[in-house]
Amino acid sequence: MAPAGTERGAGASRRKFYDRAFAIFGLLATFVGLITLSALILDLALDGADRLSAQFLSSFPSRFPEQAGILSAWVGTTLVMLVTASTAVPMGVAAGVYLEEYAPKNWLTALIEINIANLAGVPSIVYGLMALGLFVYQLRLGQSVLTAGLTLALLILPIVIVATRESVRAVPGSIHEAAYALGATKWQMVKDHVLPYSTGGILTGVIIALSRAIGETAPLITIGALTFIAFLPGSPVKAEFPFISFDWLMSPFTVMPIQMFNWVSRPQEEFHLNAAAAGLVLMLMTLVMNGLAIYLRYRFRKRIRW
Amino acid sequence: MNPSNYAETAAPAAAQRLAGLLARRLGEKIIEALLFLAALSSVGITVGIVGILLYESAEFFRHVSVVDFLTDTQWTVLFTDPHYGIMPLVTGTVVTSAVALLVALPLGTVIAIYLSEYATNKVREIIKPALELLSAVPTVVFGYFALLFVTPLLQRLLPNLPGFNMLSAGIVIGIMIVPYVSSLSEDAMKAVPVQIREGSYAMGATRLQTALRVLVPSAFSGIASAYVLGFSRAVGETMVVAIAAGQQPNLTLNPMEGAATITAYIVQVSLGDLPHGSVAYQSIFAAGLTLMLMTLVFNIAGYLLRKKFREIY
Repeated sequence: MAPAGTERGAGASRRKFYDRAFAIFGLLATFVGLITLSALILDLALDGADRLSAQFLSSFPSRFPEQAGILSAWVGTTLVMLVTASTAVPMGVAAGVYLEEYAPKNWLTALIEINIANLAGVPSIVYGLMALGLFVYQLRLGQSVLTAGLTLALLILPIVIVATRESVRAVPGSIHEAAYALGATKWQMVKDHVLPYSTGGILTGVIIALSRAIGETAPLITIGALTFIAFLPGSPVKAEFPFISFDWLMSPFTVMPIQMFNWVSRPQEEFHLNAAAAGLVLMLMTLVMNGLAIYLRYRFRKRIRW
Repeated sequence: MNPSNYAETAAPAAAQRLAGLLARRLGEKIIEALLFLAALSSVGITVGIVGILLYESAEFFRHVSVVDFLTDTQWTVLFTDPHYGIMPLVTGTVVTSAVALLVALPLGTVIAIYLSEYATNKVREIIKPALELLSAVPTVVFGYFALLFVTPLLQRLLPNLPGFNMLSAGIVIGIMIVPYVSSLSEDAMKAVPVQIREGSYAMGATRLQTALRVLVPSAFSGIASAYVLGFSRAVGETMVVAIAAGQQPNLTLNPMEGAATITAYIVQVSLGDLPHGSVAYQSIFAAGLTLMLMTLVFNIAGYLLRKKFREIY
């Protein structure tokens, strides 16, 4: 019996060794991802930090790398995001609320749900092709801020819908029933109870979606965004009546990632430094937005006690 | 108040209440209709995508025969002697995606097993959001990183590596899609009922044995969807390949060379000034349609695989 016993003992200790070895191996695997992320940020910071200055933020692109800046790019990004958010948020929240609170169980609802799941796998550049054919040429919206904003809105719509559904689903049934018991109609119940309770979750999803939209490059190149823009779109505020102008919607534009792409594809090293600086600003926007989303998720999870 | 007076005031009040009720009902219906339209708009997106791709590709195939498109070995749409063979773009796409998946699938699966079976809650709470940041980085930044950091690094190991190559682009895409693979696979493993896990432990299995022989097979359908999503991301990735892999169509399976992918070609053509309605303009839609068909084939394959190995508890 003794040899068999030690053999079994040896087998067990070997299995335990593999088990522990995998624990270390797994930790190392996660480090590959984390180290890449840090290397990327460090690389950008080392290359680009010197170029980052007030002048860089307030200058137009230029043939001379040391005079070039990202003014038209960050203004363009802001305006495009304005259009994207004001389209995708109402549509996405409405669709999410419909699917959770109203939708009957039938083939049409099933079709909508399968479709939303599939849209998440469609490459972003395909949205760009669709926008080029539909918005630019069929609807004649041109290669404008409006086209870009709508394109990105469609791109992030599934993310907003999924986030809305998840947070609406988390509102307990007792809240619904309490509202009905007091004579509320369905919409009153949704508007006064479900939506306020799920705002935190929806907001988190919207921020994540917008941070993805900010970094999108390919669909905007496809609709024909220009890479060299040395002017700003018309101001949305005017001195004379009616004080608000929407001319900027139809203006040509560039955005941060396209500006960075333009610089990184040039052979001169000085432009690569500009690209790094632009990348640094872009990363900062993304990290701040994601940090905010993580913080909001944490806060709302802690605060709500049903 | 005498009775007749009461009747005179009550009738209009009741009518008013009824009108209010009807208005409210109507309002409810209108709101429901609006919400429904918003939900239906997502189907409109798909219809728009498929419609535009098919419409413009049909125009393209009026000039170019499908046989040429599939068999010609050159893609030189913008040259004076144009060739329209999609093959070089397809091989470029397949090679970069293959490199990316060789990185992402093993790494993502190991991370998923580690996070779901080994990591303490505290470690997981820190590592998961940090990994997810990786997928939030703008792809153009990854392109910069591939061209100006990873390629020079690889050139130290492989001195003959050209400045534009598919290897570096593929590796970077692979790391970029790790969070997609790991997070979905982990969810699938977490969803395996606890009795199955405990049954394995009760038989004396270690965590590793439980993970590899019990959890991975049980969660296979979920892991397969994670892999399919990873593939879709890799095939559709644009900026990294447009920046780091060069934009020359090149019929090769060697990842050490530079080549254009389908997506890189679309970007390259879109950067120029394309006359609407020209064959070159239509060619990007034909390329986009090919891309969609490639992802569709893999999604269907993934669906069949999942159906075959589906475990129902």
